[in-house]
Amino acid sequence: MLEIAIKGSKNYWLWIVFLLAVIGAGGIVYIDQFTNGLMITGMSRDVSWGFYIANFTFLVGVAAGGVMVVIPFYLHDYEKFHRITILGEFLAVAALVMCSLFIIVDLGQPTRMLNVMLYPSPKSILFYDMLVLQGYLILNIVIGWKILEAERNQVEPPFWTKPLIYLSIPFAIGIHTVTAYLYCGLPGRGFWLTAILAPRFLASAFAAGPAFLIILCYIIKKFTKFDPGWDAMQTLSKIVCYAIIANLFFFLCEVFVVMYSNIPGHAAHIQYLLFGYHGYNALVPWMWTSLTLMGTGAIFLLIPQLRNNKTLLPVTCAMIVFGAWIDKGLGMISGGFVPSPLHHVTEYAPTGPEIIITLGVYGTGFLVLTILYKLATQVKEEVHG
Amino acid sequence: MMKKSKRSFLKVAGIAAIGLGAFPAIHFASSDSHGTAHTVKSPNEGALLAHRWGMVIDTNKITDEVVENIVEACHKAHNVPDFNHEVDEEKYPKTRPVNHKQEVKWIWEEGFHYAFPDKEDEFLAERFHDLPFLVTCNHCKNAPCVKACPTQATFKREDGIVLMDFHRCIGCRFCMAACPYGSRSFNFRDPRPFIDETVSTFPTRSKGVVEKCNLCAERLAKGEQPHCVEASEGAIVVGDLEDPESEVRVLLNEHYTIRRKQSLGTEPSVYYIM
Amino acid sequence: MNKNYIITGLVIFVLAVLSPFWFNMITDTQAAPEPELLGKAKTEKKCVLEKYEMRANHMSLLDEWRDSVVRDADRMYTAANGHSFNMSLSTGENSCLGCHEDKAKFCDSCHTYASVDPYCWECHTNPKEIK
Repeated sequence: MLEIAIKGSKNYWLWIVFLLAVIGAGGIVYIDQFTNGLMITGMSRDVSWGFYIANFTFLVGVAAGGVMVVIPFYLHDYEKFHRITILGEFLAVAALVMCSLFIIVDLGQPTRMLNVMLYPSPKSILFYDMLVLQGYLILNIVIGWKILEAERNQVEPPFWTKPLIYLSIPFAIGIHTVTAYLYCGLPGRGFWLTAILAPRFLASAFAAGPAFLIILCYIIKKFTKFDPGWDAMQTLSKIVCYAIIANLFFFLCEVFVVMYSNIPGHAAHIQYLLFGYHGYNALVPWMWTSLTLMGTGAIFLLIPQLRNNKTLLPVTCAMIVFGAWIDKGLGMISGGFVPSPLHHVTEYAPTGPEIIITLGVYGTGFLVLTILYKLATQVKEEVHG
Repeated sequence: MMKKSKRSFLKVAGIAAIGLGAFPAIHFASSDSHGTAHTVKSPNEGALLAHRWGMVIDTNKITDEVVENIVEACHKAHNVPDFNHEVDEEKYPKTRPVNHKQEVKWIWEEGFHYAFPDKEDEFLAERFHDLPFLVTCNHCKNAPCVKACPTQATFKREDGIVLMDFHRCIGCRFCMAACPYGSRSFNFRDPRPFIDETVSTFPTRSKGVVEKCNLCAERLAKGEQPHCVEASEGAIVVGDLEDPESEVRVLLNEHYTIRRKQSLGTEPSVYYIM
Repeated sequence: MNKNYIITGLVIFVLAVLSPFWFNMITDTQAAPEPELLGKAKTEKKCVLEKYEMRANHMSLLDEWRDSVVRDADRMYTAANGHSFNMSLSTGENSCLGCHEDKAKFCDSCHTYASVDPYCWECHTNPKEIK
């Protein structure tokens, strides 16, 4: 099946070369980080996790969002999702590849990463996070591949894919729940120490993942002969609508509890993010942008005329993806570290090299996504066209 | 049919080849060539032992000068880099400029409001307001960093000391997020150019690992008191918290003491006499 | 057509796989250096393990030692020959370098020959190199 990926148009190859160039640039900068250490990043003693872990968290969400097409199709026999289920699964694969890479580039001693398996530590949430992420990755590769292969050969998929598909649903919820538990089980970090963190993560995941999928559907429709179907995209946009409203609602709950109770250790972080703290306010414009984007996006999706507008829908989705990325990527991680446990304020901003390495990881993910989507759309063209 | 069986044969052969390749490694791992039956590993004779090590800091005896001596003694003895140190250009050419926010420290001075942010009193006695407070790893009984570590590179020794195994640390920094006291530092870069005089009795660290106070485990093993205790002119006492006769327990019995962020349930082993 | 491609590919693959042999054919191979025993080590004649076993297994012994020292606080090693040693690479008289005084001739000569680059010395220091 992989041979499909080496036959493509000129545009396809231009895109591949572009991605390889981005990956190459990221790789070169990573060599510098590998030899000289994480000193090239903007991270510090107080803000010890930055852009890499933030993007990791966001992408775990994108990966988990894939389940929003799997559930309706496999549990509710929602036929309109038949054509896009595979897109959701392959998006999860690409997102998880990026997640793994973000963890690796974040490690101080990447050559020792297998220590996590050599000395398994069942008390560490990171251990479980590794298990569910790798499990979900393998599940999606196997399921996606087998189903696409069966579709190509026009036979029924092997019987054992069904239980794997059902298993992948709790795994999808699991990856983002466990990723939230990484943060919300830490006693000294008031910003993350909240039971709503995992639900909030899931809500933003179920908004950002399907929203991104809608954008991808537009791209696929433009560049291939395969049409994912307007009805499917409409249903997806309703899912995005519910999820983004839930996400905003959960955030509101969080803000209320923290600000009304006014416990300093908890309030300081929200204050820093939304209004600035002791004169430090680097993230304030970002957070308001994020809230505006997500809020406007929700309104656009709520009103049927706007949601049904084929030109507006991808824009709305892009707003939601970007808003959720800021919220989770920039706010969620930095916000937890500022102020520090000793109430010092050290602000964080990623450095140039850090951004290039990040782009390199995204490049790798998009390369995987391009190849997988190329396979999927080509097979669908062959079969249906 | 033929084609299919050839394919499955290749699959099986491939798996078998992996097994064969792994055999020497398995064999080596299971062998025990040094005859451990005849060899014994034991603690040093005269090592200081405790059920649970703890520290009492008498804030009445802490002055700026004492603080300076303690920090210097500790950091010097453990090869903790000082980013203000001028790099020897000959030995370490092309050293890049430092980011002081990426500093490394084991024990340092904080004001009361930073050391005890949950005890923010609006009208705190002026004496405490200006007092230097020494903060370091609390060697918590329920250490969040130990729970967080995915490789057990941070672990709790039977005698209560929370230690780092620098050989095993993968540098994920989960422990730094977990520590409610900001006691941990990460080696964002090779620390060696920033060590004034390298002490040969303690290793330096490599880039990419986390480090923190080790309660001078290497000194206790030799029957010596930690560096901070020696430099403190009596302000710091280290001893067995579980021995009612020990000096630390006597001090705790006689004075009102506080600990940092008690409400979190981490049970810090460092007490401050007020 | 395809057959030719496959055969050419296979030939290139085999040639590439055997490259270490080609490399050795065109370069000089030197005999393995003997680790030199100098100073104290020369007269003491009592190491942790027997010579050949030490040569083959010192790395796993050191690995065992570091776990023992760092994690269990057991720092003394009483060897099968009854002598006891301080389980340390470089601190004190009774450590590895305390006896084998010349790191360059004892450790590095073989490691360089075998192109192994143990990361011990990224952190541990040779007391002689610090002035």
